[in-house]
Amino acid sequence: MSPTDLSPADRAPGTPDAALLTVRGLRKSFGANRVLDSIDLTVDRGRVLALIGPSGSGKTTILRCLNGLELADGGTIDVAGELALDFAQAPPKKQLTALRDRSAMVFQHYNLFPHKTVLENVIEGPVGVQKRPRAEAVAEALALLGRVGLSDKKDSYPFELSGGQQQRVGIVRALALKPQLLLFDEPTSALDPELVGDVLRLIKELALEGWTMVIVTHELEFAREVAHEVAFVDGGVIVERGDPKELLRNPQNERTKQFLHRLLFPF
Amino acid sequence: MTESTWQLLLDSLWPLLDGAIRGTIPLALASFAIGLVLALGLALMRLSKRPWLSGIARGYISIVRGTPLLVQLFVIFYGLPSIGVVIDPWPSAVVAFSLNVGGYAAEVIRAAILSVPKGQWEAAYMVGMSHRRALGRIILPQAARVSVPPLSNTFISLVKDTSLASLILVTELFRQAQEIAAFSQEFMLLYLEAALVYWVICLALSSAQGLLEKRLDRYVAH
Ligand SMILES: Nc1ncnc2c1ncn2[C@@H]1O[C@H](COP(=O)(O)OP(=O)(O)OP(=O)(O)O)[C@@H](O)[C@H]1O
Ligand SMILES: [Mg+2]
Repeated sequence: MSPTDLSPADRAPGTPDAALLTVRGLRKSFGANRVLDSIDLTVDRGRVLALIGPSGSGKTTILRCLNGLELADGGTIDVAGELALDFAQAPPKKQLTALRDRSAMVFQHYNLFPHKTVLENVIEGPVGVQKRPRAEAVAEALALLGRVGLSDKKDSYPFELSGGQQQRVGIVRALALKPQLLLFDEPTSALDPELVGDVLRLIKELALEGWTMVIVTHELEFAREVAHEVAFVDGGVIVERGDPKELLRNPQNERTKQFLHRLLFPF
Repeated sequence: MTESTWQLLLDSLWPLLDGAIRGTIPLALASFAIGLVLALGLALMRLSKRPWLSGIARGYISIVRGTPLLVQLFVIFYGLPSIGVVIDPWPSAVVAFSLNVGGYAAEVIRAAILSVPKGQWEAAYMVGMSHRRALGRIILPQAARVSVPPLSNTFISLVKDTSLASLILVTELFRQAQEIAAFSQEFMLLYLEAALVYWVICLALSSAQGLLEKRLDRYVAH
C-alpha cells in the first residue's frame, strides 16, 4: 500500500464480497432502560450501511458496542470470520481489544485531543499504541492529511481549525489506524451547513475506494447516494432495512414512514 | 525611625532571608512535591470503582481537611515519640505538610480529572489505548491545565503555613524573626519584616503561576 493510497489494506481487487461484520441478537440495557433489543446486522466487505432513526433509538449505542466502547449484555459480534465475540458472558479483555483494533470510529463532536497538534493526533494510535516506526507513521499521516487538504495544518492545534477541518482530521485519525471497519456517528451533524459538503464528499470518496463502513446519519440524500443498504432503527430494534433508494422512497413500515415524513416536513 | 532601628532592619534581613532560603522554601518545595504524588494516588483511589479503595481515600481526605494543621504537626513531632517513634524537626515538618497537601490537592486533582470531557476517554480508547495510557497521555495533561490555578493557591498557602514549623523547632523564616525579636525586643519591627519577606515570596509565586498558565494555554482558544 503506497502512503497516498487511501484504500483499505485488506481489500485486494477482485476479493469476493463476504461478510466483514455479522451481528446477531445484540442487546444492551442501561439499568432498567433497554436500549438495544436484539439487533441483527450484516455488512459485507467494501459495503456501506447507513443507520437512520429517531433520537434516542440506540444508533450511537450500536456503534459504541461495535467499537467495544460499550459492553453489550448479550448477542454476538463476528468480524471477518476471524474474531467471534459472544456477549452471553463478558468476553475476555483480549477479545475486546481485538474488536477495537479492527474498527475505528469518527465521533459526532470530533473528540480530537486538544493538547496535541494535528499530526500528533493522527500518529498517537499508530506510533503510541500500534508501535509502528515513527518515520513511517509520520509519512503516512502526512500523506493522508495531504489527501484531505490539510497538509499546512499539521502543526496546528485543534482549536485553530474549523469544525469541518477538525472532522477531516478525525477521519484521518481513524484511517491511520488501518482498521477493517469504519464507524461514523453523525459525522456532520455538529457542523455549520456550509462545511457539511466537504466532509460528506470525503466519506463518499472512502466508500468508492472500498472501505467498509457503518454510518449513522440524518443526511438522507447522502445515505441514498453512498450507502448500499439503509437500516431504520427505532426503540432498539431494526424495524426495516433495504436498498436505500427503495426504502427511502417507499418505506413499508408505519414507523419508518412517519420518521421519514418528519425529516422531510419538519414543520 | 532612629538610626539603630534601620541598622537592626538591615542586620536582621540576611538571617530572615537565610531562614527563607534554607528553611521555608525547601520545606515548602519538598512537601509540595511529595504531597502532589500522594494527592494523585488519592485522587485515583477516590475515582476507583472499588468501594473500599475510594472509601480509604475519602476517609483520609476527610481527616486531613477536618483537623487543624498545627494539631497534625504536633501529633507527629510531640505525639509519636510517646509510642517510640522519634522524628527530627525537619522530617517531621515535611511529613506533616506532605500529608496535609496530599489531602487538599487530591480533591483538586480529582475535580480536574472529572472536568475532562468523557469524549476524550472514548477517543483514547478508540485509538487503542489502555486505561492507564489514556490517563497518562490524554486525560492528565488536560487535567493539569485545569488544576494549575487551584494548586498554585495550595502551594502559596503551604508557603505561609510553613511558619507553623517554627513551633516544632525548625529553623525557618519565622523562627529566625522570633529569635531576633526576643533578643532585640523589637517585636513589631521583626514581625513586620518577616511578613514583608513572606509577601514578596508569594508575589513571586503568583507571577510564576501566571507564566505557567500562559505556557499551558498554548493549545486553547483565547
Ligand atoms: N451511558 C449511558 N447511560 C445511560 N443511558 C444511556 C447511556 N448511553 C445512552 N443511553 C440511553 O440510551 C438510549 C439510546 O441512546 P443513543 O445515544 O444510542 O441514541 P441515538 O439513536 O444515538 O440518539 P441521537 O440520534 O440523539 O444521537 C437513550 O435513551 C439514552 O438516554
Ligand atoms: Mg447518537
